[in-house]
This record gives sequence, structure tokens and C-alpha cells, in this order.
Amino acid sequence: MKITPGAYCYPGTAMENKTGGWRTFMPVFDYNKCIRCAICEVACPDMCIHPDPATANDKGKCLYKADYDYCKGCGICANECPKDVITMTLEEK
Amino acid sequence: MAVNPNDKSKMSVVEGSYASAHAAKVARPQVISAYPITPQTHIVEELSQFMADGDIPGCEYINVESEFSAISALIGASAAGARTYSATTSQGLFLMHEALFNASGMRLPIVMTVVNRAVGAPINIWNDQQDSIAQRDSGWIQIYAEDTQEAADMVLQAFKIAEDKSVLLPIMVCMDGFVLSHVYEPVVLMDQKEADEFLPPFKPDVYLDPKNPMSFGTLGDPSVYTEFRYSQEQAMKNALTVIEKAADDFKAVTGRYYGGLIEGYSLEDAEVVIVSFGSLLGTIKDVVDEYRANGEKIGVLKVRAFRPFPTEAIANALKNAKAVVVVEKDISIGRNEGALFTEIKAGLYNTPARTPIISYMVGHGGRDIRPSHIKEIIEATKKVAETGKIEVESQFNEVKEELL
Repeated sequence: MKITPGAYCYPGTAMENKTGGWRTFMPVFDYNKCIRCAICEVACPDMCIHPDPATANDKGKCLYKADYDYCKGCGICANECPKDVITMTLEEK
Repeated sequence: MAVNPNDKSKMSVVEGSYASAHAAKVARPQVISAYPITPQTHIVEELSQFMADGDIPGCEYINVESEFSAISALIGASAAGARTYSATTSQGLFLMHEALFNASGMRLPIVMTVVNRAVGAPINIWNDQQDSIAQRDSGWIQIYAEDTQEAADMVLQAFKIAEDKSVLLPIMVCMDGFVLSHVYEPVVLMDQKEADEFLPPFKPDVYLDPKNPMSFGTLGDPSVYTEFRYSQEQAMKNALTVIEKAADDFKAVTGRYYGGLIEGYSLEDAEVVIVSFGSLLGTIKDVVDEYRANGEKIGVLKVRAFRPFPTEAIANALKNAKAVVVVEKDISIGRNEGALFTEIKAGLYNTPARTPIISYMVGHGGRDIRPSHIKEIIEATKKVAETGKIEVESQFNEVKEELL
């Protein structure tokens, strides 16, 4: 990566800046409760919850996974989930 | 200023503000933002008249609701690739303070005339240079004009300097309020053909465009922030040469020249040198002429560029002096001296030069500076040159004890 005069950049370049390291609590999913409603995907302010195509059911609905490279652990997904699928868990390394 | 004899027939008597507005007009600006504030108002009024008369084709003139908006509008417009101009002063410039750093950090070549005025409190609309000096560290180039012709011509030069690919920094063209902005005197109003010959259109490499989305001034975390500041400093360093080249190019087209970073006047063999910037230089030069007529070796060093600070050029210009005095219309309260004095001393400290330097702070809030004041200052400096001793390093030239 090189810096640019005036700190200009094109869309998507923030992908290089992996912000997952800012996280204290990580969302952990209990898929037994998941109704595949996609509210967590819509609610995520960093667009880092995505459907996993490998889990598609016969109606094409998927389970959701967080991209921990970018998830900052804000907990909005856990708060919005209507079935308490997501638990914010202290991340220890 | 060296008047080109061919210019006399081309001169018209206009107000300083008109001359600057006219210069901005022939620079073919694409966006002008305007907010009135004394003593700057006449510049944006004249530009408004030019717009109404259809004299600035392809330009957008934006009446904004504050100076913060005035600079913010230009930041957006400049990032979109437009050549941009505004003018402000004093409290208005202070309201811009936060956004000034953005304009510089985003490397936008905005040109703004700063009509120098004192700042409150107490409220004061008259001239000193505290307003632009207080923006010293904002990453803007600052050039101080001596007369109305230079203030106008600097607008053209400023665009050329700012838009240079090795610079890309915003510029303040500083002219003293009332003393220059409201004075009527003969100036050459540059014709469009000459302006076009000197100043090519602005063609930035990158700019905001909905067809090719991008952002300016994005996040710079601790791992990259230093490099942004470093590159701004490099751009300022590049500006040292570009400012001189713009002055030379301007001379080639118009015959008019005011110096590059600095300009000496009767400086060659001078033993006592008086250093200053802005309109004070006119009075100073007149007084120095009198001394020279009596055979006294007094010289003047005019500082045009305050940012980037021409440390080497100044050190070189002062190397033969026996004593130097800096005269300026600002103060860093708590340091008991003006910024120009502080920086000249700092620039000389790690050099072999051990020339005694003193300073007078004059003309705060528009108080008149008469030839008699300059004579007193020169006499005091002559004494320093003779004895090599400094009694008072920096002082106000006039404090009315009866008011205290």
C-alpha cells in the first residue's frame, strides 16, 4: 500500500484495513435457534455478516456468518436478533 | 515594485479590492464562495458584479451562510476538480480554522485572498496581521503583498503555485486591510489574453466524479499519518522553488516582478537591515531612501513567503548585516514578539551567523506607522550595530502610558 496525496482512495480500499482487531466481544451464533431471517445481515453497520451459500435450505435461505476480519464487536446483531441466536462473548487470546 | 515603463499607458485608478477581484476574474475561476466581512467585502462584491455582468463564464458563485461554509464549499468544489477562489479576513478566517487543515491535508489548490485585519477582543476592524499569522501551522502557503498591484498579481501567481503538481497546497494571498484593500491607486488590470498565457487551465489528476467514485481525506491511522504530514512538508519544500519560478514566469509575461521568496532593497552593502512584510514596506523604503541619500548603509529585506519559510534565503540575505531589526504587525502573546521575528531567529540559531537581531511590534489594530516611527526604530538598530549590544530584544514601538 502507498499513501496518496490528499488521502484519496477508491471504493472498497478500506478492505485492506482489517478492523477486527478492535473487537472485545465477538458474536457467537447458535444455529439451532436460527430462523434464517437475515435481520443480522441487514443490521450490521459494517456489512460483515453474510449468508453462507453452503447452508442454503430448499427455499434457498441460508445461515449467517460474521466476517471476523472486520467485525468490531458492536453487538447490534445480537441485540436485533429476534431468536437470541447471537451471544456476545468475551474474546480472549 | 519594479514598474515596467510600458505599463504606464495601461494603468487605471481602481480600488485595491477591485484589482484583486479583477485578477481573480481573469484567472477563470470555476467556483467562487462569498461571505461578506469588513474589510474584505469589496472583493466578493466586485466578483458578484462581474458574475451579474456575465464576465466570468462557466463560474458558479455561491452565497454561503458563514465563512465555515465558504471554505467548505471550496473544499468540495476543488476536490471535484474546479479552480476555486474566495476572500476573507479576521474573525471569518478564524471561523475557517478547522477546515483550513482539511483543505491542506486533502491537497486542494484553493486560492484565498486574506485581507489582513486585527482580531477581537476588543472588537477592531482595522489592519494588522494577527489573523493570517494565527493560521501559520495550517499547511497553507502564505504570501504577503506590499502593494495593490502585487496583491492582484499574486492571485494569478497563487493559482500557478498551488496547482503545480509538485505542490498541490492551498494559498493565502495576504494584503493589508484598508491600507491596500481600500486604497485607490494606479494599477495594471491584466487582460484576459495575458492571464491565459500565464495561467493554464486547472487539470487535476484525480477529482470527485460520480462515474468514478472516490473519497478525499480518508482515515489515516497511526501507521500512515506521519507520512501524510511528511509529504505535506515535502510539498512546502517544493513550493520554495515553484514560488520563485512563478514570479519569473509572471515577469516574462507581464514585465512585473516583486521578488520570489524574499526581495532585497538597498540591501547589497547594508549594515543595518530592516526586515518586514506587507504594506509597511512602502513606508520603510521611503525612510531608507532618505538614509541612503545621506550615505548611510541601511537596507530592507522584504519577506514575501512566510509559508514555506525561506530560512536559507533569509540567512543568506542577512549574512553581511551588523544589526537586524524585524518590524511586524502581530504578537504571540506570552512570547512578547511577533512570529516573523521568532522564526528568523530560529532559522539563524544553528548557523555561524551571530548578528544581533531586535524586533518592534507595531501597528496593532490599525495604529498608524509613520516615517518618524521607522526612523526611531532604525536609530535604535544603528546603536545595536555600533555597540553589538542588545538592551531590549523585542518591544512594542509605542505604548501610551497615560492609558494604562
